[in-house]
Amino acid sequence: MKRTLVALVENKPGVLNRVASLFRRRNFNIDSLTVGRTENPAISRMTIVVDAESEKIRTQLYKLVNVIQVQDVTDIPDVSRDLALIKVRVNSQTRGEVVQLCDIFRAHIVDATTDALIVEVTGDEDKITSMTELLRPIGILEMVRTGVVTMTRGEHVLSPNGYKLRPGGNGYRTNVL
Amino acid sequence: MKLTGAEITLECLLREGVDIMFGYPGGAILPTYDAMTRYPQLRHVLVRHEQGAAHMADGYARATGKVGVVIATSGPGATNLVTGIATAMMDSSPIVCITGQVPSAVIGSDAFQETDVTGVTLPVTKHNYLVYDVHELAYTIREAFHIARTGRPGPVLVDIPKDVQNAVTEFVYPEEPIELPGYHPPQRATDEDIAAALALIEQAERPLILAGHGVVMSGAGREVLQFAEMTQTPFALTLLGKGGLPETHPLSLGMMGMHGTGQANLAIQNADLLLAFGMRFDDRVTGNLKTYAPNARKIHIDIDESEIHKNVRVDVPIVGDLKTVLGQLMPYLKPIEHRAWLGQIRDWMEDADERDIVNREVGERLFAAHVIHDMWRATGGDSVVVTDVGQHQMWEAQYYPHQRANTLLTSGGLGTMGFGLPAAIGAALGLGQPNVWAIVGDGGFQMTLQELGTAVQERAAVNIAIMNNGFLGMVRQWQEFFYEERYNATPMHNPDFVKLAEAYGIPARRVTRREDVIPAIKWANSITDGPTLIDFVVEKHDLVYPMVPAGADLHKMIRRPLPSENSI
Repeated sequence: MKRTLVALVENKPGVLNRVASLFRRRNFNIDSLTVGRTENPAISRMTIVVDAESEKIRTQLYKLVNVIQVQDVTDIPDVSRDLALIKVRVNSQTRGEVVQLCDIFRAHIVDATTDALIVEVTGDEDKITSMTELLRPIGILEMVRTGVVTMTRGEHVLSPNGYKLRPGGNGYRTNVL
Repeated sequence: MKLTGAEITLECLLREGVDIMFGYPGGAILPTYDAMTRYPQLRHVLVRHEQGAAHMADGYARATGKVGVVIATSGPGATNLVTGIATAMMDSSPIVCITGQVPSAVIGSDAFQETDVTGVTLPVTKHNYLVYDVHELAYTIREAFHIARTGRPGPVLVDIPKDVQNAVTEFVYPEEPIELPGYHPPQRATDEDIAAALALIEQAERPLILAGHGVVMSGAGREVLQFAEMTQTPFALTLLGKGGLPETHPLSLGMMGMHGTGQANLAIQNADLLLAFGMRFDDRVTGNLKTYAPNARKIHIDIDESEIHKNVRVDVPIVGDLKTVLGQLMPYLKPIEHRAWLGQIRDWMEDADERDIVNREVGERLFAAHVIHDMWRATGGDSVVVTDVGQHQMWEAQYYPHQRANTLLTSGGLGTMGFGLPAAIGAALGLGQPNVWAIVGDGGFQMTLQELGTAVQERAAVNIAIMNNGFLGMVRQWQEFFYEERYNATPMHNPDFVKLAEAYGIPARRVTRREDVIPAIKWANSITDGPTLIDFVVEKHDLVYPMVPAGADLHKMIRRPLPSENSI
């Protein structure tokens, strides 16, 4: 069963490498992993979707010195979003069809030429998968997805506040990658 | 006070209480070696290969309980450390490795002797650092020692580019306590944990303590023994747990697992409660997990939360420092008797005694088990023993009962051949006492025997006992049991070890008969100002019994045949 974990990590060089290396050597299968800055420049946030026992992953992640907080949010009501850019081959007949699909999926056309459109679609994984399936017969030239980012609903908060940039551990340079 | 990065490094080592470093110089670490001339209080031990330095620091750490320090240069110097670092990682041994790196301006350009050392060692260190800025150096080294020695200890590496070693800055030692946002080693159990554990302890009829390395590392031997005596609970030890509890105690069942005693393994399979104290249910300890301790409820106390439920699901997991947790638990314990259970265990012990090689007449032949058992008798069972890896290691575990923590140093988790000699040198120099024994096989000894030079140069009083059977014995044993006696790549043509030792100026002798064993051991112990070597030429075809084949059920041991079964 797929589990979603959210992790707060120190924003230092090599941290993503440490997390990725951990998953490989412990034989955990990553479905998707996204990482980006938070409102606190000392802290980055990861959303990790895995097909494994999340308890093992959580305790293993905590062994990494740069990992501050990990939470399995699978069973907490949340908002999850994945974003895809899909370049579709079109002609005068199929262009209208793509525009219609975009309406249904609340997707946007962000680039248009005579032969191709780029569709930007945001939503949970299922929505993007069904959009992809409907566009496939028309002709997908290229696509890219960001992977899922997740935030729990309501007052439940995983806050990066209160952590300061600290020396040591590869410097003040902030770059989780 | 303005200092160079190299001087700051050494200042920080002094403040961490370091008195000895094991290392090997080279281009990228030369500024630090030059600075050593201004810090004569830091003793530097020149090894013959960097792997030896890592094992020596590891042996030093295991023997003294302090952090071992390694210094090496970039590239090959650092990659040579990897086996030693991985060994320390698997056995939770605190070492700090300082490596030189090419100047930061050329990092990434495939410069001479450049390797991504933090990348290479990432999976085998507890944490590592690449220091780009001399202003961060003092803080980083302080943090490195903190991480190495606290929680579940382990190796930490600090990679310092040459320009950072040369850079000059005002030295301000960071006195404030280390606060890491993502690092909080657990200490105490919750009241609920204690209550849940007590409930199981009170109900148990056939309880058994599994004492691991955590007993030693936490210094909880006294608490565990009190627990065992008060609740009349027998205890079995993991390989690294040996020494944590007195093995000649009537409640001791000896070592558990693949080459554990019959009584320990049968007790595990028949117990109704396992108290796993600071151990991790390694596959060499459990055998087949599906049939492991089928009737037992399990209480697991460990400082590393990721060990909980990793291999074996337990009923009461407690994450904390073993000594602290037992301190919380003890006031609630009531005396309990387990007479029937202990009677059952005594029967298993008698059966094991009958099969035991030390209770046999074996004629003219010299068995390694006898040598090790005689060593135990001749040394009053109180020597610090360092082993290598293989059959002799298991015989040591079986025939040298230890009484005190940190008196058996052995590579358990990684099983690193070549560990024995350098780790023994590190232990001897750390303890500053003679008669540390290195028991090694002829195979593993030859993996790091160049450190004989280090032992002589540093006058490390290590007594080397080679269990020489002319084979890679443990592999040969597997070939005999599981590969129809096809002894491929296990016979060894060896040098004359006595002559080899003499070439280094080391007093040495050869022993081929049982009656010469104890005199030779006493002779070695009488030489206290440097190493000695004894080449024990032992039976080629002996096997380590009992043996649980890898992945087999723990109670399905291959036992040594009885004398009536006409075999040794």
